[in-house]
Amino acid sequence: MVGAMARRMLPEWILEYARYRELFVFLVWRDVKIRYKQTVLGAAWAVIQPFMMMVVFTLLFGRMAKMDSQGIPYPIFYYAAMVPWTYFQQGVPLSGNSLVTNAKLISKVYFPRAIIPSASALAGVVDFAVASLVLVAMMIYYHFPFTLELLAWPLLVLPLAVLVVSIGMVFSSLNVKYRDIKYTIPFFIQMMLFVSGIIYPSAVVPDRYRLLLRLNPLVGLVNAFRAAVVPSLTIDWHEVGLSCAIIAALFAVAAAHFRRTERFFADLI
Amino acid sequence: MKPAIVVDHVTKRYRLGALKHETMLRDVIVNALRRRARREERFVKALDDVTFEVARGEVVGIIGRNGAGKSTLLKVLSKITYPTSGRVRVHGRVASLIEVGTGFHDELTGRENIYLNGSILGMKKREIDARLDQIVEFAGVAPFIDTPIKRYSSGMRLRLGFAVAAHMDPDVLFVDEVLAVGDAEFQKKCLNAMDDLRSGGRTVLFVSHNMAAIESLCARTLWIDAGRIRRDGATVDVITDYLQTFSEGQRTGYDLASIETRGGDGSIRFTRIEFYDAQGNPSALFRTGEPLRARMYYEALHSVKDPRFMLRIYSELGTLVTSVSTWQSDHLIREVPPGRGWVEVEIPEVPMLPSRYYGSLSITTRGASFDVLDHVLTIDVEASGAYGGRGMHSSYGLVHTPARWTHGLDAPAQREAEG
Repeated sequence: MVGAMARRMLPEWILEYARYRELFVFLVWRDVKIRYKQTVLGAAWAVIQPFMMMVVFTLLFGRMAKMDSQGIPYPIFYYAAMVPWTYFQQGVPLSGNSLVTNAKLISKVYFPRAIIPSASALAGVVDFAVASLVLVAMMIYYHFPFTLELLAWPLLVLPLAVLVVSIGMVFSSLNVKYRDIKYTIPFFIQMMLFVSGIIYPSAVVPDRYRLLLRLNPLVGLVNAFRAAVVPSLTIDWHEVGLSCAIIAALFAVAAAHFRRTERFFADLI
Repeated sequence: MKPAIVVDHVTKRYRLGALKHETMLRDVIVNALRRRARREERFVKALDDVTFEVARGEVVGIIGRNGAGKSTLLKVLSKITYPTSGRVRVHGRVASLIEVGTGFHDELTGRENIYLNGSILGMKKREIDARLDQIVEFAGVAPFIDTPIKRYSSGMRLRLGFAVAAHMDPDVLFVDEVLAVGDAEFQKKCLNAMDDLRSGGRTVLFVSHNMAAIESLCARTLWIDAGRIRRDGATVDVITDYLQTFSEGQRTGYDLASIETRGGDGSIRFTRIEFYDAQGNPSALFRTGEPLRARMYYEALHSVKDPRFMLRIYSELGTLVTSVSTWQSDHLIREVPPGRGWVEVEIPEVPMLPSRYYGSLSITTRGASFDVLDHVLTIDVEASGAYGGRGMHSSYGLVHTPARWTHGLDAPAQREAEG
């Protein structure tokens, strides 16, 4: 009954995504599986990367540059930001190059094309979960109490993933048309590392720049991820709300652009 | 009853050179800054005002030369690409089989690949669950089903891929030349599977160069020529007409400059090919075991490094019989200056047995292709007196293999013969 009504109310292309949801699940599953099969270290790799980054940042920005971490121990200050950052940093190029790496699928079979960059962006969530377990261990080590706010940690993955999917959709569709776009992705990510409040808390940024910084939705999310773990900080839900609104707008623009260009992927790829 | 497939004045244009050519944003920006006048864009009509209908349960064959638009038609029908103008309606659940084993991944096991490939082809997980055993049995890979397919032979992969495809349950099925690959036994298996689909009342559109397969499966056939439907009717009539055009094509030389459906970036292009007999006179006749000489003329737009000229010969059913190239024969051409020139190839003894063959030409280099002309030549091979003249018939195979035999007797037989 509800199904029949939905069929009449919703546009055809949304229904089509619903029909192809199993393919979406299979492609995420494939990417996860291959990732864990191809590396000797497997799951350990998901932890090693953010952990090593945390160690370097702690020594470099913490011990040497004495960055203000609002009284939070440097390792946990950096690791709490490194886990979502690692997801972003790996997800954007994977998703942004996904249409070209899956060119054979695109030119041989029909399915809603946005499944490819979305599935590629979501495979990293498993790494995120594995890396989060280490965070729990660190919290025990630092005698951090488990607060109610910690429940926000997994919830915040949703807007983060939507952000990665949006950026991935734009890059991947441009990538089909212009093959040198892929060289701009690492540059983009490098820039983002410095303007997303990873290295420094956004509270140390002077007020007149902070407003500008807030337009980057990653800032609000990273702050919230940190605050979810650290008991002395509370999540600024207004800031999270603003980030989510910006992400929703980005997603709408990215999806519209993708839908306009997807018809010609098979001809260009 | 509504027809299963409606194709209504469909035209598909490609920008010439857009295919296989990677655009760089850098170039676009540089060109914009220099305000260089846009090069006049040339278009190719892969499909030109195609209209037809297919009734539910009908099995229709699609024939035509390479580059005629058959594959584009299937791609438009299966929504992989969109028509430039016109409308396509397909009713019911569609499955298209343009390649066997699409999306297979080396690191995954046979079982995992069945699920992945099945879902890519549009099957639901529970459908795959229900048919898994049948699929494994059909493919004959049961002992290796949990082995990563990077350890499979190419034949095993092919069987696995087709097994998945054969167990889809679509209302409408598009099949493109999947029979051209694989051995005879596999081809037979595929044909049987297709026959089952037909008797199951499914609508099937079947592209093939294999006239025998088309004749046995399809009552109706469409002949596509240069993007248009040249004939649409009873299979036997259409195939007869189609084959007729080939005998008209028998010539000593071909103009290649005016062919529009070609690949490569065009830095260097074939303009003409001429065939000669052993004495150097223009000839259109080739005989098994006798020499074949061909001179290919080209024109280079700018200087091209390390061009490799190649001639491929295909059987009438589309099987690649052999290839000859400057690269294989170690005849290295370091660089071709801009302008015209030619290369000549001599095959001292034509190995093909009497039949009709098709030829494709290409100029490539490592990692790039300059000119690709598929199925542009017709090569008729006749019997000759070479090799004693016996067994000079296509029923003995595609090629003649010079062989020496000896005969001996075992000891007891020798004694019997003596006694």
